[in-house]
Amino acid sequence: MIAMPRSLILLGCAATLIGAGAWLAPPSRAAEEPKPYTVKDGNKVDEATYKGYLYYGDLCMRCHGPDGLGSSYAPNLTDSLKTMTKQQVEETIINGRKNVNSANDKVMPAFGFNQDAVDNIDNIYAYLKARSDGALGRGHPEHLNQ
Amino acid sequence: MRKSLARSVCVAALATVLGSASAMANDELQKMSGDPSQWVMPLGNYSSQRFSELKQINTRTAKNLHPVWTFSTGVLRGHEGGPLVIGDTMYISTPFPNTVFALDLNNNGRILWKYEPKQDPNVIPVMCCDTVNRGVAYGDGMIFLHQADTTLVALDAKTGKVVWSVKDGDPIGKGETGTSAPLVVKDKVLVGISGGEFGIMGRMTAYNIKDGSKAWTAYSSGPDNMIMFDPNKTTELGKPVGANSSLATWQGDQWKNGGGGTWGWISYDPKLNLVYYGSGNPGTWNPTQRPGDNKWSMTIFARDPDTGMAKWVYQMTPHDQWDYDGVNEMILADTEVHGKMTHALVHFDRNGFAYVLDRATGKLLQANKYDPAVNWASKIDLATGRPVLVDKYGPGVQGADHNTKGVCPAALGSKDEQPSTYSPITHVFYVPTNHVCMDYEPFKVSYTAGQPFVGATLSMYPPPGQSNLGNFIAYDVNQGRILWSDPETFSVWSGALSTAGGVVAYGTLDGYLKVVDAKSGHLLYKFKTPSGIIGNVNTFTHDGKQYLAVLSGVGGWAGIGMAAGLTEDTAGLGAVGAYKQLSNYTQLGGVLTVFGLSN
Repeated sequence: MIAMPRSLILLGCAATLIGAGAWLAPPSRAAEEPKPYTVKDGNKVDEATYKGYLYYGDLCMRCHGPDGLGSSYAPNLTDSLKTMTKQQVEETIINGRKNVNSANDKVMPAFGFNQDAVDNIDNIYAYLKARSDGALGRGHPEHLNQ
Repeated sequence: MRKSLARSVCVAALATVLGSASAMANDELQKMSGDPSQWVMPLGNYSSQRFSELKQINTRTAKNLHPVWTFSTGVLRGHEGGPLVIGDTMYISTPFPNTVFALDLNNNGRILWKYEPKQDPNVIPVMCCDTVNRGVAYGDGMIFLHQADTTLVALDAKTGKVVWSVKDGDPIGKGETGTSAPLVVKDKVLVGISGGEFGIMGRMTAYNIKDGSKAWTAYSSGPDNMIMFDPNKTTELGKPVGANSSLATWQGDQWKNGGGGTWGWISYDPKLNLVYYGSGNPGTWNPTQRPGDNKWSMTIFARDPDTGMAKWVYQMTPHDQWDYDGVNEMILADTEVHGKMTHALVHFDRNGFAYVLDRATGKLLQANKYDPAVNWASKIDLATGRPVLVDKYGPGVQGADHNTKGVCPAALGSKDEQPSTYSPITHVFYVPTNHVCMDYEPFKVSYTAGQPFVGATLSMYPPPGQSNLGNFIAYDVNQGRILWSDPETFSVWSGALSTAGGVVAYGTLDGYLKVVDAKSGHLLYKFKTPSGIIGNVNTFTHDGKQYLAVLSGVGGWAGIGMAAGLTEDTAGLGAVGAYKQLSNYTQLGGVLTVFGLSN
């Protein structure tokens, strides 16, 4: 129940951001954001990043490949997150994305109605950001508190 | 009086016509499949043997093979399946958008007609693992295409015009999709359904060939009338299954998201009048969330094609904990098993065991590992039919939120959908295999219609101390053992072909078409096609000359590891050079390559 209002708010925010971005100077947001993850000893991670790893495997891996590295039909997210802002990532997860033309037939589904996706959107972002920043290596991370 | 007599004569005559027409579809196909100059079904014949009597290409001449013409499909995604050859025409289908081409063999593959369905692109992301299509079927002068959006369409084989079209499922609302090849049996077209990762209700459906009306639907899970079981007559290992055989193995109404997709291959025995196919994984990948045997997921079904009723069933992997779908091809072979001539059904399952059953009764005769790496079960108990589990490799036993390590095979199985071949000359099965292990962590997920229903995350890598991710093996069911094994850098994800010329052909993920000696596995010929091969090799003759044909175009589940390669071996297990990236060897693009012999 708490998920729905949140996804709707996100939709609104994302639309505003995209609209504004067209004439504002492009911000280098990716670099300014505080780190959403904690990684120690190479592969020990905080709760959010750990859950993000799990739900990445649940919702994203069959297309975006192991460890966020992409597949023959979906992009490498460790690259994508080098330039995308958190809002852009969330907007894409909630609303999906379509790139269908004579050269492409790439479609990402909208996860806005998926409870697990909405509940874990910050976690998935934390995991992917840790991967994209090179802070976390490949494979199954360990939980910091275990 | 005269009038009604005349009418009844008319009805009788019509019935005769219809009757003979329906018999013809079957008889015609069976006759055509006996003619080695054509390739009329995806798996070659009703027995799914992928064997050809042709022998111009043989152990002596194979070295003179070379590509004679090629054809780009214009589609980039993974190209599973393979061409049909009916008379002088070759038919191929592509991944989404599922274009069908009729190519003129009299004119180096000039396009006779092309059919491209209009489909909602929102079907693309609800396809589990790429937008593959495993080929078209032929029958009664029509080509049958099973589209991504589950539409089954009948095309006039001469013109490509739509004869009829029917929607088999709900892709956007429920995540039901179409990837499998249909099979024409008698006066019906049988078609399965994909969507095991979306909590669908798996089923096999038969449509009447003349107009596309539905004849029967048999579900994989549910009450007896939905699964089309007779509690007193449908048997497992010789015993009647009894009432509510599926419902009793699920908690509450979890069977309604029971999975059991039927996205693999279908075989048919005309003498026994039985069709055979398998069902896939149950509901979520998190076994702790669905207690019970989850019948009839992971099951071999033998059904009467006229009525849909199940004669016998056998569940290979009760309460699946690994995603070992049971949908791989069912090869029907009359061959010796333990020295005794047997009308066998042979099935190389994802779970790493090669099952041999009496195909009339469903009696289990043999179930041995066909990859020594398999460790989730020590053996299959032939009396109970159940696997003897090794608890430390059971993610459901270890519990949710625990990472179970070192399970072999990985979720993609010791073999996936890529069909094997059986040579009735050597009595040997030639099997394309994966050689991959995994760590598997299940966790709780919620079901939303049309959304992924997975609940597990996994890492995959080669077995400890090894670096090859696949093998092409020769397997003997008489002794129940591997005769020879050719290691491959990557999983072998291509359907194989055996011939009376004593050769076996298959493709590799890095793009080679390979021809090997059936006796030894010795390489006779190889050619690097434009992209990785996940399609199936076929053979035919045209103007008296033998050809091989295969689609290349990397993708599918295999394409998952394309960019990333698999995870490095678990630290300390010490495999050298296991970390590989397929993208360093091949890129995307669908191309048909036809091979012939030099004069």
